Amino acid sequence: MVAEIRKSLIAAVWFIFLTFPLMVVKVNTIENTVEWRWHNMLIVGVTFFFLSWLWRYLLQKKEEGTLTTKGALTKWTDRVMNEPAIYKPLIAVGTVAALLGPLVLSEKHMQPLISALIFIVLGLGLNIVVGLAGLLDLGYVAFYAVGAYAYALLNFHFGLSFWAALPLGAGLGAVFGILLGIPVLRLRGDYLAIVTLGFGEIIRLILENWDDLSHGPSGIANIPGPTLFGDVLSRSDSTVLIYYVIIAMLVFTIFVVNRIQNSRLGRSWLALREDEIACQAMGIDRMKTKLAAFAVGATWAGMAGVVFAAKSGFINPKSFEFWESVLILSIVVLGGQGSILGVILAAFVLKLLPEYVRILGEYRMLLFGAAMVLMMLFRPQGFISNVRRSYEFHGLDEEGADG
Amino acid sequence: MVYGIIELINFAHGEVYMIGAFVALIVASVLTMAGFTGPAVLALAMVFAIIYSGAYGFTVEKIAYKPLRHAPRLSPLISAIGMSIFLQNYVLLVQTPDFLPFPNLIPELEFLDPISHIFSSNDLAILSITTLSMVALVLFVKYTRMGKAMRATSQDRTMSTLVGIPINKVISTTFVIGSTLAAIGAVLIASFMQQINFYIGFVAGIKAFTAAVLGGIGSIPGAVLGSLILGLTESFATGYIRSDYEDVFAFALLVIILIFRPAGLLGKTKTQKV
Amino acid sequence: MADKVLNVSGLTMDFGGLRAVDTVDLDVRQGEIVALIGPNGAGKTTFFNCITGIYPPTGGDVMVIPPGMEPQRLNGLKPNQITIRGMARTFQNIRLFPNMTALENVMVGRHCRTSAGVIGAIFRGPATRAEERETISISYKLLQKMGLKKHVNDLAKNLPYGAQRRLEIARALATDPFLLLLDEPAAGMNPQETTELDELITQIRDEDGISILLIEHDMKLVMSLSDRIFVVDFGRKIAEGIPQAIKDNPVVIKAYLGEEFEV
Ligand SMILES: Nc1ncnc2c1ncn2[C@@H]1O[C@H](COP(=O)(O)OP(=O)(O)OP(=O)(O)O)[C@@H](O)[C@H]1O
Ligand SMILES: [Mg+2]
Repeated sequence: MVAEIRKSLIAAVWFIFLTFPLMVVKVNTIENTVEWRWHNMLIVGVTFFFLSWLWRYLLQKKEEGTLTTKGALTKWTDRVMNEPAIYKPLIAVGTVAALLGPLVLSEKHMQPLISALIFIVLGLGLNIVVGLAGLLDLGYVAFYAVGAYAYALLNFHFGLSFWAALPLGAGLGAVFGILLGIPVLRLRGDYLAIVTLGFGEIIRLILENWDDLSHGPSGIANIPGPTLFGDVLSRSDSTVLIYYVIIAMLVFTIFVVNRIQNSRLGRSWLALREDEIACQAMGIDRMKTKLAAFAVGATWAGMAGVVFAAKSGFINPKSFEFWESVLILSIVVLGGQGSILGVILAAFVLKLLPEYVRILGEYRMLLFGAAMVLMMLFRPQGFISNVRRSYEFHGLDEEGADG
Repeated sequence: MVYGIIELINFAHGEVYMIGAFVALIVASVLTMAGFTGPAVLALAMVFAIIYSGAYGFTVEKIAYKPLRHAPRLSPLISAIGMSIFLQNYVLLVQTPDFLPFPNLIPELEFLDPISHIFSSNDLAILSITTLSMVALVLFVKYTRMGKAMRATSQDRTMSTLVGIPINKVISTTFVIGSTLAAIGAVLIASFMQQINFYIGFVAGIKAFTAAVLGGIGSIPGAVLGSLILGLTESFATGYIRSDYEDVFAFALLVIILIFRPAGLLGKTKTQKV
Repeated sequence: MADKVLNVSGLTMDFGGLRAVDTVDLDVRQGEIVALIGPNGAGKTTFFNCITGIYPPTGGDVMVIPPGMEPQRLNGLKPNQITIRGMARTFQNIRLFPNMTALENVMVGRHCRTSAGVIGAIFRGPATRAEERETISISYKLLQKMGLKKHVNDLAKNLPYGAQRRLEIARALATDPFLLLLDEPAAGMNPQETTELDELITQIRDEDGISILLIEHDMKLVMSLSDRIFVVDFGRKIAEGIPQAIKDNPVVIKAYLGEEFEV
């Protein structure tokens, strides 16, 4: 006990020392004034005293394995995921709520909701790349930008409609995925991360600077929403339609991801994530498989981009900064790499909560950062871990025994 | 350098650099307002920046990397990105989201006056301090016990553990040294650019990494050569083509190098053991 | 005399200044069990890595002759292309897919013998479904054969050590090879498991007609299984022949001096 207190005290003092110049002193070099915020020191001290306690407690729990595999949370989520009696009604309730959404919610709430839904689609798309295939892509937002700009520009110049742009955006996403993938996918994990980050930034900087193509930092305005059977809709009707479009897209995404996960291709992605060399020794073409993951992931980003452009009616390079990639990545990481339900929950928490809880908005990025670190440390599989499918054998058993 | 040993891109490295710059700014401003001037301010600012960057580097390693040493490769990478985001926003929240003007701490040297338009005291300071740090680093890595342990660790971690090298200590030290160098760089560059904000670490981190990759990861002369090439390409490219694209060049160069010569200019390709 | 299925000539591999494999010739005939032995660090695993395309050899030729087909040169091919040509392997330091189930591990092995792509995965047409069913049943039978029936749905990382080694063999067999390379399959197994393994390997050869090249330190296993033995030391081949001849070969005994060499 005494030893514990001493450790916590040492941690508290260390962090007071660490944060002293930044938290306490604030200089204003223009007016040449210094502000001393001594009270912060107390806050830091007390906070870290307890945090350090918590830290050691969690580390100890981690050693015991209760946080990751044997813990209550895992048992609980596994049960929800595996028992039809539990997850079927949940899906039903979810579907009804999703369908009735626009009738209950006002326009003001619809916008953030649609954003969150777009991010679920993005999350699920990136999840294919990161969660299933294990390729850390930090430039995912580039494909999202490709979709959004494709619709905005083609509409601006040629009056292309939303419905035509949707498959086109998807296709362009895939094409870009392959084009970027071919040179970079040979690289090892962390190099891949930084090169995709580089590519993402290059695309954003091009959008920002190539005024003739992209209209520069000011972006493109007056992007129309979707039409319904050729009729132009009012703003609020258009929002509702977009809502249903994105819901449909989400259902389609979930369906696809679910199928791919337990297919020949999905298994080769998982295998690639687990051990590249063994994977090759099993006759799997590494490049082809990675490219497939990249392209499929990018397809979804492209589609989501089109919907985003239609929803906002206005796009500029600011919507496609590195931080958006990070946000999508956090959704995947926190939700649980490879888990669909986890991604959905995480997208709601990360995208919707900050809209409504103002204080969270301000500290949002800070909390993301901390959450990503803590998640990796204590629960690397995310809130909801991905459960591999079990197969049942009855008929085969006898057959095998005979033969 | 740090990368060579832990075999992991330290995404938080740029943030440590940024914190070094902020600490230097704070110390320098407080001292200036208290009426001090001259090289003493620079020296003190530098010392504090080094201490704090080192301390942050140490802490970051302890929290975000050490517990993940045996985890799958993706985990420390993601936790490093998380750490980087956290530190950036921490500085943004407790300090300011705006650019802060950074005082030029490097005193004008009179004897350089006649040639100051081609070779200013800034250049002299940057050149001499960089050379000094590089020489010190090379000496340290080549001749001290710790330096040897570092090289061994970067060769083969399992083996090094077996022969009794305290891996944890080696990796911590590497982080601290890397952070110290980041702080020196931060103070010099901030003095030169004369402004800083919470975001400088991100770009600096990318550029530093580009330079390191360019020269060949883990090779000190390589890193210096890499930085020189990067700096030159950048200024030529922006001078002759378009200045808006300055940062694009760093990224593009990085992408090109990684794709065509991932071992760097001076590095050797390693075959992975199976 | 049966036809050759593998013919390696003059294989050389340099790591910087170290010559890990030095002009080694080796061949395996149809239906044979051949052992490659040698002291630790002799270059056995490196030899495997070179012929399976994981390392590009510095010199030499690797040919496979699939039974009833034309000889094919393997130099310069990628590991996956080599596996498709019918040579499968296991790894000394087990390389399973730890977070996939045993069955899925074997199903991955079927990858190169099946063809469904993205479209197939999404729409699951009749052909895809039939293929998937076949993959599952073949994989299941392989698991059964390797005595892993009760582990079908367990994650590979949770299997006992011996079971993991057998799972690696099952996974390699799933690629339909005519030649199977085993890198220390008995390492870490207890005597009983080793005896079972002995039977399994013989069974694979006798029933499926698969030729086998194995690296092994357990001399009892090597002597009882092999038709022929190749011995390497410091990257060089120092002897080859039938087990009895190898056992009495003074050069071999000298190479192993100081190491346990019991029969
Ligand atoms: N990727 C590599 N880079 C450098 N040297 C290597 C590499 N792989 C193997 N070696 C060296 O080649 C030599 C042969 O190693 P190899 O693993 O083939 O031996 P082995 O016969 O399989 O030994 P063991 O019985 O211990 O498995 C060793 O000296 C080893 O250190
Ligand atoms: Mg070996």
